[in-house]
Amino acid sequence: MALRQCAIYGKGGIGKSTTTQNLVSALAEMGKKVLIIGCDPKADSTRLILHAKAQDTIMSLAAEAGSVEDLELEDVLKVGYAGIKCAESGGPEPGVGCAGRGVITAINFLEEEGAYEEDLDFVFYDVLGDVVCGGFAMPIRENKAQEIYIVCSGEMMAMFAANNISKGIVKYATTGSVRLAGLICNSRNTDREDELIMELAAKLGTQMIHFVPRDNIVQRAEIRRMTVIEFDPTCNQANEYRQLAQKIVDNKKFVIPTPLEMEDLENLLMEFGIMDVEDESIVGKTAAELAAS
Amino acid sequence: MAALTREETQNLIQEVLAVYPEKARKDRAKHLMINDPSLETAKKCITSNRKSLPGVMTIRGCAYAGSRGVCWGPIKDMIHISHGPVGCGIYSTMGRRHYSNGTTGADIFTNINVTSDFQEKDIVFGGDKKLKTIIDELETLFPLAKGYSVQSECPIGLIGDDIESVSKVKSAEIGKTIVPVRCEGFRGVSQSLGHHIANDTIRDWVLPTREGKDDGFVKTPYDVNILADYNIGGDIWPSRMLLEEIGLRVIAQVPGDGTLMEMEKSIHAKLNLLHCYRSMNYVSRHMEEKYGIPWMEYNLFGPTKIEASLRAIAERFDDRIKDGVERVLAKYKPQWQAVVDKYRPRLEGKTVMLYVGGLRPRHIIGAYEDLGMVVVGTGYEFAHNDDYDRTVKEMGDATLIYDDVTAFELDEFVKKLKPDLIGSGIKEKYQFQKMGFPFRQMHSWDYSGPYHGYDGFAIFARDMDMTLNNPCWGEMKAPWLRPAAPPESQAA
Repeated sequence: MALRQCAIYGKGGIGKSTTTQNLVSALAEMGKKVLIIGCDPKADSTRLILHAKAQDTIMSLAAEAGSVEDLELEDVLKVGYAGIKCAESGGPEPGVGCAGRGVITAINFLEEEGAYEEDLDFVFYDVLGDVVCGGFAMPIRENKAQEIYIVCSGEMMAMFAANNISKGIVKYATTGSVRLAGLICNSRNTDREDELIMELAAKLGTQMIHFVPRDNIVQRAEIRRMTVIEFDPTCNQANEYRQLAQKIVDNKKFVIPTPLEMEDLENLLMEFGIMDVEDESIVGKTAAELAAS
Repeated sequence: MAALTREETQNLIQEVLAVYPEKARKDRAKHLMINDPSLETAKKCITSNRKSLPGVMTIRGCAYAGSRGVCWGPIKDMIHISHGPVGCGIYSTMGRRHYSNGTTGADIFTNINVTSDFQEKDIVFGGDKKLKTIIDELETLFPLAKGYSVQSECPIGLIGDDIESVSKVKSAEIGKTIVPVRCEGFRGVSQSLGHHIANDTIRDWVLPTREGKDDGFVKTPYDVNILADYNIGGDIWPSRMLLEEIGLRVIAQVPGDGTLMEMEKSIHAKLNLLHCYRSMNYVSRHMEEKYGIPWMEYNLFGPTKIEASLRAIAERFDDRIKDGVERVLAKYKPQWQAVVDKYRPRLEGKTVMLYVGGLRPRHIIGAYEDLGMVVVGTGYEFAHNDDYDRTVKEMGDATLIYDDVTAFELDEFVKKLKPDLIGSGIKEKYQFQKMGFPFRQMHSWDYSGPYHGYDGFAIFARDMDMTLNNPCWGEMKAPWLRPAAPPESQAA
């Protein structure tokens, strides 16, 4: 089977890292060989696999050694649960330096050192929530991830983010082979959430590949720095991630997305009652003015 | 060749522009003009200080060059740190011939090159810590340095390093001036913005140090600063001699062969004498506004301009200086007359085309004219409109003026105007010499100089003569392409 490279994007705090690690564990359980690359200076993309607080990152090791050229692949690749390989790009603390450059350097290093040449089935890039500069778009450039999965929920900002990420994909899809492969709904238990995400997916020209229900067992496992697949393989939530994994294995629907105009997106949200119908008469009115009228 | 008429010059411009695509043609047309000395302002005739066209060979530099190389580089008792990857630091080393007096490592540091040599990890994790370390190391290596300037290269601006805060912290710690300069190369359209940024840092980080304090400085009514003379080939030394000889006291040379202390005390001067208007008019205006120090431009290239400038300077002072000027003019007349007598017959009527930087495209015209030469075309790399306002008055009617000229345009203008001498930079030198045109580098004085003052004029005249009348120009044709020599000489 040819190597499939997938990137997981989505609004900050939506559960990208948790979803990715549970999904990857399910894939590994099936016997797939998987590599996770964390593309976030926080370096929390592999902790559930490695049972570690935070893995030593490529950039911190490079800084220690002098330069990235002084590193060997085995210095940065760690093997965790079910043989899953893990790497973290790492980067600066907030407010200094250039985190985007860190991602670029780390991914180039992994490629040059042949991290992808081994017998791998999947590479998953877990990317920082806000694609603020070119560095965080690195995983979707030419010859990197071809499949993008967006984690979202029925919350307004999560959907805005999904739409914006789709816009980014369009930019690279027209010149390369990157495609939107689906939305993963990580439920927040909002009303008619599944319908809403399916509707959004349809409008984007893609699919809601799976609806992951909310279950506190995920948090219980996280406290133990484990995925639910490892923590309690018999629980229902583990089966949900297994279903997601199977759907991704079988996925054939790769599209160039059709992002929504802001107005269409707002209409969709109003239709589902997520956003109130705009009342133009109250725009720019202070509380005192509203009370007086 | 004889001077062109307005119409011929116009046709020449059209002809040269014809090869460009329409958009480029329209843009470049705005940067070329036919001179009319009666114009009050050049604004309607020429556009300047705009972004160069992509795809053409422009001769411009960047903001870093303007600050590191031009305005800050010559301050000799400070160490100028090229902050960023190694290339900018290396290629700006010793490239500019700003001379300084002193002993390296003791009181001058201008020929020591320091770069923070940014690596990938410095980009990702930021370079502020590295900058602190570098300053500590320099303090150990060169404890006599009076201060530091941090010259930002491009990545510093991109990753948002806080060099101002590092400078403040370290400055308080070591008790020396540290000047952070945000002169990232991508800022602005040419080196000109780098000059402006450097001027602003002098304003903010240097001039206020003695403000309102009694520093024991004893003023005289004859205190002046020399601003924006960069001491190329030693230019500032004959200039200073002349000014002192007429009775003035030069209290600061900024920056040529200058020091941090001179910069600081420059606020005590009575008058700022501004040599290169373009690169330091900003701080001159600030000093006028804040410290009430008036400023005036002057020109010490060639006896005619020296006389006019010295008299104009004297107008700002009492009879002592006025008498001094007359005395000096009389004293040096035989010296420069001998130079003119010697070289003018060899150079009379020869034509010159110039393409240089800040002030030379207009300031050296007078020196050429003193030798009987005619400037038929001139232009600036990074001038603004006020430079062209000053230039139209110096150039003859219907002469060609070009702004940010492209390599192609300059080639074509030269082919058509066939000047006897071209004055421009290192990038143009070999191309024109290979075309058979006598050429002088007028940025670096072609490793000669000084050219300022009466002493400089003698060197200037000699250099122009030895270049223009060099016998090598008669040997441009390969022997086998020359007409056959008479048979008897062959027999011999």
